[in-house]
Amino acid sequence: MKKIAVLVSLLVILGAVGAACAEEPVRIGVYLPLTGQNAFGGQLECDGILMAYDEKPEVLGRKIEVIVVDNKSDKVEAANAVVRLIEKEKVHAILGTYGSSLAMAGGEVAEKAGIPVLGTSCTNPLVTQGKKYYFRACYIDPLQGSAAAKFAMDVLGAKQAAVLKDVAQDYCVGLAAYFKRAFEAAGGEVVADLNYQSGDQDFTAQLTTIISKKPGVLFIPSYFAEGAIIIKQARELGGTFHIMGADAMDNPDMITIGGKDIEGFVYSTFPYAPDMPDMSPMAKTFTENWKVKFPDKDPNANSAIGYDSYMLLVDAIERAGSTDPEAITEALAKTMNWEGVTGSTTINETHDAVKPVGFKMVKDGKQVYVGAVIPEM
Amino acid sequence: MSLEMFIQHFLNALTLGSLYGLIAIGYTMVYGILRLINFAHGDIFMLGAYFVFWGGALFKLPWGLAVVAAIAFTSFCGVLVDRAAYRPLREAPRISALISSIGVSFFIENLCIVTFSAIPRAVHVPQWLGQVHLIGKVRLLPLAVVVPIVSMVLTSGLLWIVYRTKPGLAMRAISKDIETTRLMGVPVNRIIAITFGLGSALAAASGIMWALRYPQIHPFMGVIPGFKAFIAAVLGGIGSIQGAVLGGMLLGFIEIMIIAFLPALSGYRDAFAFVLLIAILLVRPSGLMGEKLEEKV
Repeated sequence: MKKIAVLVSLLVILGAVGAACAEEPVRIGVYLPLTGQNAFGGQLECDGILMAYDEKPEVLGRKIEVIVVDNKSDKVEAANAVVRLIEKEKVHAILGTYGSSLAMAGGEVAEKAGIPVLGTSCTNPLVTQGKKYYFRACYIDPLQGSAAAKFAMDVLGAKQAAVLKDVAQDYCVGLAAYFKRAFEAAGGEVVADLNYQSGDQDFTAQLTTIISKKPGVLFIPSYFAEGAIIIKQARELGGTFHIMGADAMDNPDMITIGGKDIEGFVYSTFPYAPDMPDMSPMAKTFTENWKVKFPDKDPNANSAIGYDSYMLLVDAIERAGSTDPEAITEALAKTMNWEGVTGSTTINETHDAVKPVGFKMVKDGKQVYVGAVIPEM
Repeated sequence: MSLEMFIQHFLNALTLGSLYGLIAIGYTMVYGILRLINFAHGDIFMLGAYFVFWGGALFKLPWGLAVVAAIAFTSFCGVLVDRAAYRPLREAPRISALISSIGVSFFIENLCIVTFSAIPRAVHVPQWLGQVHLIGKVRLLPLAVVVPIVSMVLTSGLLWIVYRTKPGLAMRAISKDIETTRLMGVPVNRIIAITFGLGSALAAASGIMWALRYPQIHPFMGVIPGFKAFIAAVLGGIGSIQGAVLGGMLLGFIEIMIIAFLPALSGYRDAFAFVLLIAILLVRPSGLMGEKLEEKV
């Protein structure tokens, strides 16, 4: 009798295990800079991803499990994070990251393991170059740089430009080069091209030199940690030119740091802003849901791109019909006119998203959406 | 280069150099007395800036009071660090205390990431310090004048303490021979605690000045300035207080002038600054104003 009872209970346990196996969750790894110098963008993207996960926690009839790992804004940590996600957490696909240098470090690992990755806001072209498994939900820097050059010439009316960039960041170096190329190709002149290194706080020497060259616009493709301070020092030293930046500056804290000096600062970003006119229905729903979920923080383009990346990846898994990495990779590559919060997205043959570039300006202490530019490549 | 532009570069260099000097004073003082390179100095510096921020943001203290409270509290933290991380290693080889200070540095940074978060914060700058004055075509920030004055006042105050007071006498005795000093009945641990308190107060003062010049604070803000100040202290002759000020000035001027005269090298600013420093140290191994190295027997 006892033996039978044991047998029955064993069968019950086995049955439970079998059922659990059938409902094994789809594991999506996320690696983002949640601490360190890129923490601001990383945290917002993470919030966006988790919000999307709340709205869509299932795919293919299975539960989704999201595993978030902090890459600490560090290239080595980024590679480690991807190793951990693939080897320990056995994820089926990965989302991330903010920061091109981090994405490149992580991409090498994922490529060897053959796990598809969908980048959130790593905009340097090298991230996906020659990679079979790396995709991204954002546009790339040549697109962004040439849109910025077009904006500087057509809207701001600048004929001379100066560039100040961080030589230690692939993102900044790349973006500066694409801006220069596009600005010169359109008949403009680059009168100064100066450098600094991540972590620098004193830019007075570079800025004094730039001011003496009298450019119409200064392009600083920097991260927010340096950008606000650069603008402040430029104004303190008497620079009256327009100042332009890129998506890494999209951060409300730059206004608290820059104060009145940051007025008029223009930067390119993903085409989403909580105050944008003619918002698409998706963007409207996103904004409303965000305000319910995070009442004390405003959504920005990073949170929108984080949300979009998750939704796009889940959509690709759905289209793939399985969690096989190869099938997901194939489905991601075939993304066409996918509608997200940040506009219509098509993944091209280099695995990059083709979408419009938005511009924002600081006006009366607020970030105001100015409009979108579709750049000529 | 026009004259105005040169004067502007000169003023920029003066501000940066005096900030480096100010941080270096604290480094050099602790080294001079304990022969310990306190790598956590840059992080104590960061704490000083954060305490002013929290004093204003959390307790709504007026700015002046927040500064005084922050310096006092940072000083207390310095004493605490000494008690927890350095005092147990007093008898151990010097390298152990050095490693311990690196540990303290990482500990403080990570503690601040967890408690303060890594997001950079904007710092309040009083109007009279932030207002730019236009003199001819040159733009002068009040800080370009205030920082050197603060440096000078703190340097002379420190020299007074070290050379004119009883605890100062004890400090100098400890720097010569800690064992004999103890046998003479000097409360060595208390004097060393005072040294750390003073060193940390100096770090806090420089952190606050730094945050006024570059009004954005984050848990890693002390790393690079701390590193540069350490180089400045070595350049000036580590252990020499006047040397630290001189070394800081020199470093600030080298950094700014390299970019001013050779803009193409702006990305290699640190590399060139340090090559120059190595060259100076090759000629004067004990730094510009350092005492000759003596082997202790």
